[in-house]
Amino acid sequence: MRYAMIIDTLKCVGCSDCVVACQTENDVPIGYCRDWITETVNGAYPNLELELKSERCNHCDNAPCVRCCPTGASHIVDGGIVMVTHDECIGCGACIESCPYDARYQHPDGYVDKCTFCHHRLEKGQLPACVSVCPTKCMYFGDLDNPNSEVSQLLKNRKHKTLAPEAGTDPHVFYLI
Amino acid sequence: MQEELFTSGRNIPHIDPFLQIWHWPISLYLFLGGLAAGILFFAALFYVLGKEKEYPAAVKFASIIPPIALSTGLLALVYDLTHKLYTWQLYTTFRIESPMSWGAWVLLIVTPLSFLWLFSFYAEIYPKTEEKLQLLKKFKFLATFEQFLKTNRLYIAYALIPLTLVLGVYTGILLSAFNARPLWNNAILGPLFLTSGLSTGAAAIILMAKTKQEKHLFGKIDLGLIIVELALIVHMIMGYYAGSQVQLEAMQLLVGGDFTLMFFGFVVLLGLIIPASLELIELIGFKVPVIVPAMLVIIGGLIFRFVMVEAGQLTRFLY
Repeated sequence: MRYAMIIDTLKCVGCSDCVVACQTENDVPIGYCRDWITETVNGAYPNLELELKSERCNHCDNAPCVRCCPTGASHIVDGGIVMVTHDECIGCGACIESCPYDARYQHPDGYVDKCTFCHHRLEKGQLPACVSVCPTKCMYFGDLDNPNSEVSQLLKNRKHKTLAPEAGTDPHVFYLI
Repeated sequence: MQEELFTSGRNIPHIDPFLQIWHWPISLYLFLGGLAAGILFFAALFYVLGKEKEYPAAVKFASIIPPIALSTGLLALVYDLTHKLYTWQLYTTFRIESPMSWGAWVLLIVTPLSFLWLFSFYAEIYPKTEEKLQLLKKFKFLATFEQFLKTNRLYIAYALIPLTLVLGVYTGILLSAFNARPLWNNAILGPLFLTSGLSTGAAAIILMAKTKQEKHLFGKIDLGLIIVELALIVHMIMGYYAGSQVQLEAMQLLVGGDFTLMFFGFVVLLGLIIPASLELIELIGFKVPVIVPAMLVIIGGLIFRFVMVEAGQLTRFLY
């Protein structure tokens, strides 16, 4: 079992529904977020190209946050999901400094928080909140170890990229381009 | 031609400021940890070499600084944690890959040792205080304990030498382990912080020294360490120049950016080159009040930590 998320940048319109769904589902405090939208304009006028992306924790295989954590609060669970045990986190911020994607934040209660791929929903057999609400259906979620899953098929057939592959983190959020 | 015109970044206000999460207590601790490591290293080294009588400031008098520095540093560290009540979780595990875990455990050993080291010299270096308080006479167990420490001082010294080196290196490795912050992510930061810590330690010993002979010896040691430190800084800058795009951009902060004046003006020039020149002039035979280069080295070391911690957090991976 290796969970992965795929976001089709050609279908994403940057509506921020995923952001709001996540904030609602996970009780994210006001002013913070576990996922966010980036908007990049590439090219030279008049040939411009707009790319919209929904970004979050990449649930890396070689996760620097897990390596740097002094207490073991940051750890990888089944399915390759990087989780933070709140009661073990001392709020030192080492994981925040180590994340190339800047995906973590310090919760006002002190511990460090981030995207969990909605682990609690996966346990019930549901999709992550962001994926389930996407109005353009540009987000896919599934098991990469299963060669017949939707995500495996998409990565086989479509051009894709990951963020900052040069960081050597082996991220598991993919972007179709 | 392809040029990126505009990236909105996160469309969520307020999130980016939270990325700068290490504040002044971390810089202060990195300085105090290095200083304490430097002083304790020299104290233990000269004790093992049997030079206790010749260099009393290094072995005895300066040993008042490490316990204060380490306690203040530890308080600063805990102050910067956001989940303070769970600090004890550091000591439920040892994570071999996490520099912070190494640091937490080393501090747990070195801090008490620094207190024991000071206490074993207490009656010798503060005879007047002892006369007034009569601690050792009033409390028998304290006298017994002091005697026990005195007989085992050599073992403490042997333990302190490697432990203080680990402590000194760890202050740098703590930063260099983060590949997400390109300014920090270079292997030279560990040795550089160790050298800087030893150099500030030697400078503090110069301040405490009373004899000319001791001041001279530590002036020489400090001079050597400053030269090594300058060489390591040159290596660090060369490493950035030869590095990837993210490192080139990170380097811009130090070379021709917001931190240029702080780094080259205050750290390199005022904190290293000028004190080194003064110490050299003094060694040749001219009269220079040693307090000037020693204070410059210490203040330079403090500013160096602030520059590296602040600037490092402004650098990031670009994607």
